[in-house]
Amino acid sequence: MKAIMEGSQAVAQVVSLCKPNVVCAYPITPQTHIVERLAILHSEGKLKAGFVLAESEHSAASIVLGASATGARSYTATSSQGLLLMTEVMFNIAGMRLPVVMTVANRAVSAPINIWNDQQDSMSLRDCGWIQMYAEDVQEACDMHIQAFRIAEELNIPVMVCMDGFVLTHSMEVVDIPSQDEVDEILPPFAPSYFLTPKDPVTLGSMAGPDAYMEIRMLLHKAMKDAPRVIQDVSDEFEEKTGRHQGGLLDPYELEDAEIVLVSMGSLLGTMKDVVDQLRDEGYPIGILKVRTTRPFPREKFHDLLCNARAVAVLEKDISLGLEGILCSEIRSAFCRAAKTPNISSFIVGLGGRDVREDDIRNIAISMFENDSCRVEFVGINKEALAAAHWRAEDYTECISTDVCPKPEKGDS
Amino acid sequence: MKQVFGIVVQPGTSREEKKTGWRVFRPKFKQEACIGCRNCHMFCPDGAVYRIDKKKFDADLDACKGCGICAEMCPVDDIEMLLERN
Amino acid sequence: MAVEEVESRLLAYGHTACAGCGEALAARTVIEAAGPDVIIANATGCLEVFTTRFPRSAWRVPWIHSLFENAASVASGIEVALKALERSDEAKVIAQAGDGGTADIGMGAFSGMLERGHDILYVCYDTEVYSNTGFQRSGLTPLYAHTTTSPAGELTWGNATRKKDLPSIAVDHGAVYVATASVGYPQDITRKVKKALSLSGPKYIQIHCPCVPGWGIESHMTIRVARAAVNSGLIPLFEIVEGNIIGVRKIKEDERVSVEEYMKLQKRFSHVLKSPRGKDLIRQVQSIANLNIEKFGLLGINE
Repeated sequence: MKAIMEGSQAVAQVVSLCKPNVVCAYPITPQTHIVERLAILHSEGKLKAGFVLAESEHSAASIVLGASATGARSYTATSSQGLLLMTEVMFNIAGMRLPVVMTVANRAVSAPINIWNDQQDSMSLRDCGWIQMYAEDVQEACDMHIQAFRIAEELNIPVMVCMDGFVLTHSMEVVDIPSQDEVDEILPPFAPSYFLTPKDPVTLGSMAGPDAYMEIRMLLHKAMKDAPRVIQDVSDEFEEKTGRHQGGLLDPYELEDAEIVLVSMGSLLGTMKDVVDQLRDEGYPIGILKVRTTRPFPREKFHDLLCNARAVAVLEKDISLGLEGILCSEIRSAFCRAAKTPNISSFIVGLGGRDVREDDIRNIAISMFENDSCRVEFVGINKEALAAAHWRAEDYTECISTDVCPKPEKGDS
Repeated sequence: MKQVFGIVVQPGTSREEKKTGWRVFRPKFKQEACIGCRNCHMFCPDGAVYRIDKKKFDADLDACKGCGICAEMCPVDDIEMLLERN
Repeated sequence: MAVEEVESRLLAYGHTACAGCGEALAARTVIEAAGPDVIIANATGCLEVFTTRFPRSAWRVPWIHSLFENAASVASGIEVALKALERSDEAKVIAQAGDGGTADIGMGAFSGMLERGHDILYVCYDTEVYSNTGFQRSGLTPLYAHTTTSPAGELTWGNATRKKDLPSIAVDHGAVYVATASVGYPQDITRKVKKALSLSGPKYIQIHCPCVPGWGIESHMTIRVARAAVNSGLIPLFEIVEGNIIGVRKIKEDERVSVEEYMKLQKRFSHVLKSPRGKDLIRQVQSIANLNIEKFGLLGINE
């Protein structure tokens, strides 16, 4: 049924339709509206789950860990500092192969403290063994949760559904909320493959020494490598049943003859598509690669979809300080020995809620046609503010890299 | 229940790897003066002491680490700690 | 193949606890009192490491270990899940951790579990030191104990602080049952575990367990040392139900020892006994015991 709803309310509604047995969270902006809505649904008897208010995110994650290990479909949500506080539990949940689903309302990470949107929080947890998916709009965030439970439970790998804080969590959109029957058809009841019960008293979470730890970690990696097939299948099945295209891991937009490709994830994609539509009208051969899943990282797919481009601009709301945008580095890894390699540049945008305007994206796009170097840049920097702090204009150039992968000199090859 | 390597471990399997090589001393239950106080049985950290009769106990040497608590706590000195010979 | 009785214990032999380990005996006593229909959430620590070295496990009950500080939270999740899945009749939930995992790093999770009122028995095996990492000071390390991070030196006499009063903290959270116990008295542990598990709501039992290498005692002395702690008054054994003390273990006149006699049994206090200030230090420790004796009425006979 279609309705105009706030992103958080819609997601809470859909999570409730997924019939979790245990919901547990700790409040943090901008995740709060999701949990508040779930609390109301619980108080009205519409969410029939054990609903626990933890005393910290660390405990919230630990509570869903314990619940999941007991055979309960378990859900939590957090943001930013909360996600970082959960870090060791996140590794633990993944290492124990527990299919927990979590919403991350993406927010910047302190210091300085900042409650607004970027994706530094979830990107900083890319190595913890969770599947990471990024939603472009509220509808996709809703649909992604249904798919997330299905994927998690089929693979025994936890799934993090990332939605941009405020931009998606607090904005009103027309959303098609599926009926209970529609959700049930896609998401069967949870049938855990192992759980705590005196009837079959297994030990979970044992200590592995140097003789076994590495094999166990390798098998976790293997399980993650099997995930793309399931993510794609579930996405395809979802499209078949609901008519809504979801795209699986990566979703190309106007990519076929594109010389320049913009890559991004999350809510920025909507604005980017508008800009690309305009540029296409003006005759520019440009397209977009939407990144829906960052873990597992679909390296071969990235290669195949980007290898024909002349240059790739990765726009992302995170940074590995001292290097470049995290996604950009990872995309570079798809071309370590490729016959055809596009120039790949990293554009850091929208940190801590900084607006990313159509003009910013347009400027990046046009510059890609004009400047062929591989570079790392910050977009939308307020140079006046820096000047007030006695920065000279040329100091900005020290923050960026103009040519990270210089072309080989003629005769070098 | 599904077996997943490194994740799900079967119960009670520690018995497959005995720690009896740790022993410096082994208890000898003389079974002469026992008054059936159950101290040896109750205080064994490894659960190695078993009951044969009301006033007759012994230690299972597959489980015993030779700590000597049973001998120490026996009120009638009916347990002796002997040096392991191997 | 060992004899049937030994083979069938809920905490099986073959684990790697030190010979004479107080915590191993306490854990075995707890699980044998609780029976097979439990689910255990265990914190990181000696008990976890010595019972579950992959690929083996000493546990014959469903058991999970997650992290150092979250046993109370994991147990909360288990308890809520059992209720949500209508499986509460299947098992009682037990959380267990050491003194560091409870009093220090796990304090927040412990508080949350108590405050939310989960139907869980939380057992703290108090070895008064971070045994697993090599005997560092914890919030339950007693006054003047030498540990590897509170060493006795020219300017110090070991740990400068008193034991954190965790049972009172549990009582003030409204725990339905709070008790202290000692591995020196296993039958008392058994009785308290059974009683705790018969009550609904959050319960806390703190069991004093000598650590053979950590305290510097001989492996056969575990029970003697544990009993001396109780009989000196330093470790009062009591039960509190809904905030009211309903019972204490009285110190029998012929079993009573001074704190000096108790300290003499352990290397961790040897610097105190050798120090020129020793008499003063011992007097301070004795005053802690005296306060306990007065507060809990540990002398005399049961009414």
